[in-house]
Amino acid sequence: MPPRSASKPSKKRSNPDSVTSSATGPVPSASSKKKASKEVDGTDKLFDKYANASSGVIDPEGIEKLCSSLEVPHTDIRILMLAWRMKAERQGYFTKGEWRIGLKALKVDTIGKLKKALPELEKEVREPLNFRDFYAYAFQYCLTEDKQKFLDTETICQLLDMVLGSTFRAQVDYLIDYLKIQKDYKVISMDQWRGFCRFCNEISFPDMTNYNLELAWPSILDDFFEWLREKQA
Amino acid sequence: MSSSQSREPITIEDGFKLIDAAVTKLTRIIEGKPEPPFLPEEYIGNYTIVYNMCIQKPPHDSSGPLYEKYGAILQAYDKLTILPSIMEKHDEYMLREVSRWWEINKIMVRWLSHFFYYLDRYYIARNGIPSLTVVGMTCFRDHVYEKVHFNVKQVVIALIHKEREGQQIDRALLKNVLDLFVQNGMGNMERYEKDFEDFFLTETNSYYSRKASSWIQEDSCPEYMIKAEESLKKEKERVSHYLHSDTEPKLVANVQTNLLVLVAKQLLEKENSGCSALLRDDKTDDLSRMYRLYHAIPQGLEPVAVAFRLHVTAEGNSLIKQAEDAATSGIVEEQVLVRKIIDLHDKYMAYVTDCFQNHTLFHKSLKEAFEIFCNKKVAGSSSAEMLATFCDNVFKKAANDKSNDDSTIESTIDNVVKLLDYISDKDLFAEFYRKKLARRLLFGKFSDDHERSILTKLKGQFGGQFTSKMEGMVTDMQLGKDQQTGFEEYLKNANTGKPKGVDFTVTVLTTGFWPSYKTSDLNLPLEMVNCIESFKAYYEIKTKHRRLMWIYSLGNCNLTARFDAKPIELIVSTYQAAVLCAFNHTERLTYQELIDQLNLSHEDLVRVLHSLSCAKYKFLKKEPASKTISKTDSFEFNSKFTDKMRRIKVPLPPVDDRKKVVEDVDKDRRYAIDASLVRIMKSRKVLPHQQLVSECVEQLSRMFKPDIKMIKKRIEDLITRDYLERDTENPNTFKYVA
Repeated sequence: MPPRSASKPSKKRSNPDSVTSSATGPVPSASSKKKASKEVDGTDKLFDKYANASSGVIDPEGIEKLCSSLEVPHTDIRILMLAWRMKAERQGYFTKGEWRIGLKALKVDTIGKLKKALPELEKEVREPLNFRDFYAYAFQYCLTEDKQKFLDTETICQLLDMVLGSTFRAQVDYLIDYLKIQKDYKVISMDQWRGFCRFCNEISFPDMTNYNLELAWPSILDDFFEWLREKQA
Repeated sequence: MSSSQSREPITIEDGFKLIDAAVTKLTRIIEGKPEPPFLPEEYIGNYTIVYNMCIQKPPHDSSGPLYEKYGAILQAYDKLTILPSIMEKHDEYMLREVSRWWEINKIMVRWLSHFFYYLDRYYIARNGIPSLTVVGMTCFRDHVYEKVHFNVKQVVIALIHKEREGQQIDRALLKNVLDLFVQNGMGNMERYEKDFEDFFLTETNSYYSRKASSWIQEDSCPEYMIKAEESLKKEKERVSHYLHSDTEPKLVANVQTNLLVLVAKQLLEKENSGCSALLRDDKTDDLSRMYRLYHAIPQGLEPVAVAFRLHVTAEGNSLIKQAEDAATSGIVEEQVLVRKIIDLHDKYMAYVTDCFQNHTLFHKSLKEAFEIFCNKKVAGSSSAEMLATFCDNVFKKAANDKSNDDSTIESTIDNVVKLLDYISDKDLFAEFYRKKLARRLLFGKFSDDHERSILTKLKGQFGGQFTSKMEGMVTDMQLGKDQQTGFEEYLKNANTGKPKGVDFTVTVLTTGFWPSYKTSDLNLPLEMVNCIESFKAYYEIKTKHRRLMWIYSLGNCNLTARFDAKPIELIVSTYQAAVLCAFNHTERLTYQELIDQLNLSHEDLVRVLHSLSCAKYKFLKKEPASKTISKTDSFEFNSKFTDKMRRIKVPLPPVDDRKKVVEDVDKDRRYAIDASLVRIMKSRKVLPHQQLVSECVEQLSRMFKPDIKMIKKRIEDLITRDYLERDTENPNTFKYVA
């Protein structure tokens, strides 16, 4: 799960290697009993397993449990991809409706099936057109307030790592270094966020010979470029 | 004419014999040998022979042979008489021979044509063959001209060289000879050009190339130019004396290229005498000559304009450096600098209008030069600020010293407006100017005429928007006077009298026009409170729907302080007055008590107390008597104070607002950039990044030079605010979001 903005209390990450308690075991027996019934029921039952009884939604704790069941780290990109599939609106929470959408799209109704479906999901998301949408979604998802348009740089660093880290390791590492050192930008906008992805895709690295300061790259990337150039000299 | 039937036909043999005899006589005559002239009968007789021979019935009609004969006569003459004579001679003598035989030939051809005239009328016309004159000319050309022109040309060029080196030559002879070249072209200039002119120009080229090389080494720039001018003059004279007029443009271009164009850089940059030195030393004649010479060459003025620009820039830069150096050693010479720049401008503008004939290229160079150094900072102040301070000083002095006549002020104002044109941060100037204008209007004497005059000129140059606020301020002062009169009337009529006997003047400022001032919740002494209240009442009657905001920090006050020795009138700010009045009721007050009583900010109170107790005049005694104010100090009215003056003005040192001005202007610029970007995108709908940026810069250039980085950031901000978006296909293009 992508980490939330500072205003929310941070949850400790679950140990990715731990085998969790039976309450959230990989193949809960409850759902297999319901396998014979309608799929929706199975999905709903699965939902109830993780949902908070009083609020009726899966809250951060529930998501943590889910992660354990799926044997996926709390901060893994695949959870974000799942959220994207569900079109989840609020970071850290899945509503029943969103849950249904997501699982239906993946054609699963058990934890086991869901776990098996994850690689497929990842492949789908990484398709260029989908990835563009997913990438923007990742930013959107982290916005917590109503009219909020910016994310703080710390969140961005973690998001970058999660979303682009596997494909563009070098760029991401340098970007994160830069974001931590610089003092001009305390928050990042959607346009700048999109710029990072474009940068990784289009600019050869680490030489950056095809970067052009005269074009419409967001200023933060101009500053990053100049900073890196100086470092390389 | 008797009929031919009565005669025997003339045989060719006989006819030719007669003709030959006539020709022999003719040649003797035209060569100047002793020979009696043709008698009229002889003349007619010659013509008749030809005539008869032509009209004879075949086989005796001899037009053809006669035509041939004519040509043969001339050919023989050319080859056997003319050519050998010429070949015998050399140099100038040869030229004379050529000239002489050319004339003789012309006469020969003319006479012979008369004899053979009948051929021209029928035989030639009927057969479409060259006329007698043409045959004659062609003959000379082929048998004489072609053989001698090379040598002739050599001699001519040698003579020209001699003349160039200062010797006298026979110009008339050359004119004749060169005319020969032209004539032998028989209708076009080819012979003249190929057989003479080309060689002449080549020779000229090397001649002037050599001269240029040696002169450029030996002579100073002015000396060289004089020689160049002289050479051009001489060459033009040469054309009028003996060269064909077609040669003139080619000759002039040739000389100019060698003497002026190829050496331009060396010449203009000559140390101690080049363009720079001439400008420095006021050598107007030499500069005018330079202009004249280079103006005649296409694009010739460009190197001169460049040299001019470089020189002016260097002069300007050195002034800036001087000021910088002075500043580092502690002397602040900003005002001197502005005056020096104005003088520099006058000096070099004079060059542009006089020596350089007001040519646009030089106006441009001057502008470019000034734009370079006028935008440099000196000791942290921008040129915009310096100029505003300069104006402030000029006006303050003028208002205080009425003896300054108006024309100097007016010309200074003109100079300021001119200089402002070169400064890119005009909005920064406007803001500094506005702040200082406010001070002048509120705190000192000012001349309404002068203030309005500069505003009119600025408006004319930079538009109404530039000056609208300032004009509003000056108008406010005018209205304020009327209002004050009204207020005093009101006090009289309302029978309230002066509140507690205090004379009170209010100046109402229209908020938008004036710089923003902080209000403070100063607790006024009672006397002042009454004044405020009575004005409030008056104002409410006069106008509804307007709120008054009292700016006590700008007010001033005349107090009478009753010291033991003698009462002294103190002219102080309202804040200072409030502090002093606090001592009307108590002898001693601590800092804390003062803060509580007056409700001033710490910053303000410290400043005020310092000016009253630690500065030149110590109206208050401070305990402890240190040089700075601390919160634990206490103060007492210094009744022992006295001074020889009966009236003391206590200035409150102004807070340095340079930083604030720069911040305010930066903020306004951000709005201006936003507005410009939105305006452009609204009308263009879709626009690539670079175009958007350049249009934005263009739009705003009247007021300031926008920073490209700032524009980029504003674009990103507008994207976040959903005014613009990037095109999905091409992220370097923006689209307007309706």
